[in-house]
Amino acid sequence: MSRTTHRPRILTLGALAALALVLTACGGGQGFSDDGTTSSSSDDGGDGGDGESGGTEGAELSVLVATGDTESLGAIQDLADTWAQGAGATVDVQPASDMNQQLSQGFAAGNPPDVFWVDASLLPTYAAAGNLWPYGEEMSDVDFYPALVDSFTYDGELYCAPKDFSNLGLVINTDLWEAAGLTDDDIPTTWDELQTVATTLTTDGVTGLVIGDTRDRVGAFMVQAGGWIVNDDQTEMTIDTPEAIAGLTEVQELLESGAAAFPKAVDSGWGGEAIGTGKAAMTIEGNWFKSAAGADYPDLNWRVAELPEGPAGKGTLTFTQCWAIADASQNKEAALDFIKSLYTPEVQVDLANRFGVMPSIESAREQYVAGVPESEQAWLAGADYAQGPVSAVGMDPVMKELDTLIQQLPGLAPADIASQTQENGQAVLGGN
Amino acid sequence: MALTSADDVVVATHGRGADQAPRPGGPRRRGNRLYGREPVLAWVFVAPMVVVAVLFLIVPILMALWVSVSDWSGRGSPLAATVGFVGLDNYAAFFSPGLAQRDLSTSIRNTFYFVLLVVPLQTLLALGLALVLNSRRLRAKSFFRTAYYFPSVTSSVAIAVVFLFMFSASGPVNSILGLVGIEGPNWFADPRGLIHVVAGAFGVDEQPAWASGSIAGISLWQWLAGPSVAMVSIIALVVWVSAGGYMLIFLSSLQGIDEEVNEAAVVDGASTWQRIRHITVPILRPTTTLVVTLGLIGTWQVFDQVYIMSQGNPGKTTLTPAYLSYTTSFGSAQWGQGTAISFMLFALIVVLTIIQRAATRDRENPSGRRGRRRASRKEVAS
Repeated sequence: MSRTTHRPRILTLGALAALALVLTACGGGQGFSDDGTTSSSSDDGGDGGDGESGGTEGAELSVLVATGDTESLGAIQDLADTWAQGAGATVDVQPASDMNQQLSQGFAAGNPPDVFWVDASLLPTYAAAGNLWPYGEEMSDVDFYPALVDSFTYDGELYCAPKDFSNLGLVINTDLWEAAGLTDDDIPTTWDELQTVATTLTTDGVTGLVIGDTRDRVGAFMVQAGGWIVNDDQTEMTIDTPEAIAGLTEVQELLESGAAAFPKAVDSGWGGEAIGTGKAAMTIEGNWFKSAAGADYPDLNWRVAELPEGPAGKGTLTFTQCWAIADASQNKEAALDFIKSLYTPEVQVDLANRFGVMPSIESAREQYVAGVPESEQAWLAGADYAQGPVSAVGMDPVMKELDTLIQQLPGLAPADIASQTQENGQAVLGGN
Repeated sequence: MALTSADDVVVATHGRGADQAPRPGGPRRRGNRLYGREPVLAWVFVAPMVVVAVLFLIVPILMALWVSVSDWSGRGSPLAATVGFVGLDNYAAFFSPGLAQRDLSTSIRNTFYFVLLVVPLQTLLALGLALVLNSRRLRAKSFFRTAYYFPSVTSSVAIAVVFLFMFSASGPVNSILGLVGIEGPNWFADPRGLIHVVAGAFGVDEQPAWASGSIAGISLWQWLAGPSVAMVSIIALVVWVSAGGYMLIFLSSLQGIDEEVNEAAVVDGASTWQRIRHITVPILRPTTTLVVTLGLIGTWQVFDQVYIMSQGNPGKTTLTPAYLSYTTSFGSAQWGQGTAISFMLFALIVVLTIIQRAATRDRENPSGRRGRRRASRKEVAS
């Protein structure tokens, strides 16, 4: 009896301990797991390449890359080892499981990796916080595509070397294409033609065109209509303009016709899955589709075409990352030397082929194009007119809200999406 | 928590030395000298726990509190000289019209419906399971006990992935619904609120004029949306996972109930339902309060299921304050606003828990368990 009556009390105590833990989780700090080593190393300013940053000899370089597959990781490790042997240094290449979180912890603790990848959409955020060492001047002899240089320029300074880039293209399932009686001449070059072929390709169980339900796919239509979410230097919102609204309206009409759908409507995670599983005949995706198709849908016969022209001509979106060096790095000189070693046309073409993305330097274009099958060259063609992502500081929640609004297409009026996003964005960027 | 208990120990030992135990023949002062070192010793004994609590509980909370009123950019220590004090600026963003306020309101709305469904459902399910397991007629008790508790000890990531599969548009849940002629929704892509769906069935599809007024950034109609279809699948997951754990708490309390009470009731001709209603439930009241309190605190902080399964989608209907705090901090590097959200969530939980405790205390005679047990015995006897 006395034993049994004690049990609830012990449990209550246990529960109270659990309560304490739960409360800890609530108020717990975010990101300063290691504040002992903080201030000393992070304050050494943005003047790398000086004495403190050391030479290459004996340097121990840490590199954090956002790639999961062992093959890409191996490719980078091989290049790093080659450089390390020549320089007398060592390089440790690590894959990131959650890049944002790992970098945040590194920045807060003052010991981020020396070299890491930064997405164009995050560059201003990191640059404004002083987390990156702007070494662009040291790379002035490398012929990057100007559009890519713009993507990694903040406050008039090139912060880091563009790693490579991907553009959106129209991915077509050629088996379904031919089965519908279509030929190469039918590849859509205008919005009207896109609507026509999508309708032709739509059958029971197959949707003609599946478009990702975010600004990163739908936005291409805005560019084709001559509009974009923000102006060129990202100081003003321009989504509430007839051009941008025309792009959204085109997507709305495609969806309403039933010839196009968002991936979730066909029970897919993304456009690549929809076309890979035969639920879509066409989708709009970038170079990453190639490796996904090779790994998951090796039997799929596909090709890429340039996205159709809108009222304002051709338009696509570009996605890119760069090789960034941490401002808190103790090995800036070695890090720079390593990155420079990557920018020969041979290495760029080799890396690009392994990753399925496109080299970021113009001098590698010819060599790269020669090695790429014709069915994939449309991705590269977009390099001349592609639009980069919205990256201004503080715009992340606005862009997330825009995605939420886009997901409500076709039910929500494009004009409402535009005006609401315009208003949200102005609160961040200012202006009218 | 740990600090409070340490204080209790000190107070208790000191109290006994000074007041309660006047030794025969000895004046009080002497007792004081005898036991005077006890507080020091007590502190020594609890020191390891105090150090751990201060280092990993108090200091992080205070640092987070500082970040929420600073302009820390995520670089270097938040305590560095370059980090400035900005007062309540980070909080102000949520109290003026704008996207930040709308997001927070949306997340609170979502979590409100989540809590409203999860806490009663998991408490009832846990109580029901415990009652079944406590019945003498049931065989293979330990098997069922383990089976029900299993979800609680399984990785939430693994469970979330299984649920993603089960609730996919062509998954098992929809297949089963299809067997009975119901066309299941595309669960994780469906942002429609349940109340809106029901209202739609009655012909109210559009926002009615009376509900167009805006409260804290979103319209009354949006506040009344109810949990989205996507949120319902997360609710199902959480209820299923946590009921087993709370069942154990109920079960151990049930086993503490004196058999005599039930036997007496049987002799008096009480039915099974009467015994549950008038004996078991009243005796279990303290346990129920504990389970509801723990449930409230836990559910308001729901994060991992959202992080894995929906990332706030579709249409931000599974956005929760904890997840919003995470994306604001790690995604947009707005560390001040991110921590401000977690402190507002903290305040909300404290207030709601106080209300809940007050509500449960009022209804019942606060004289404690024994008095209550006697009362229920009387109730049955009469």
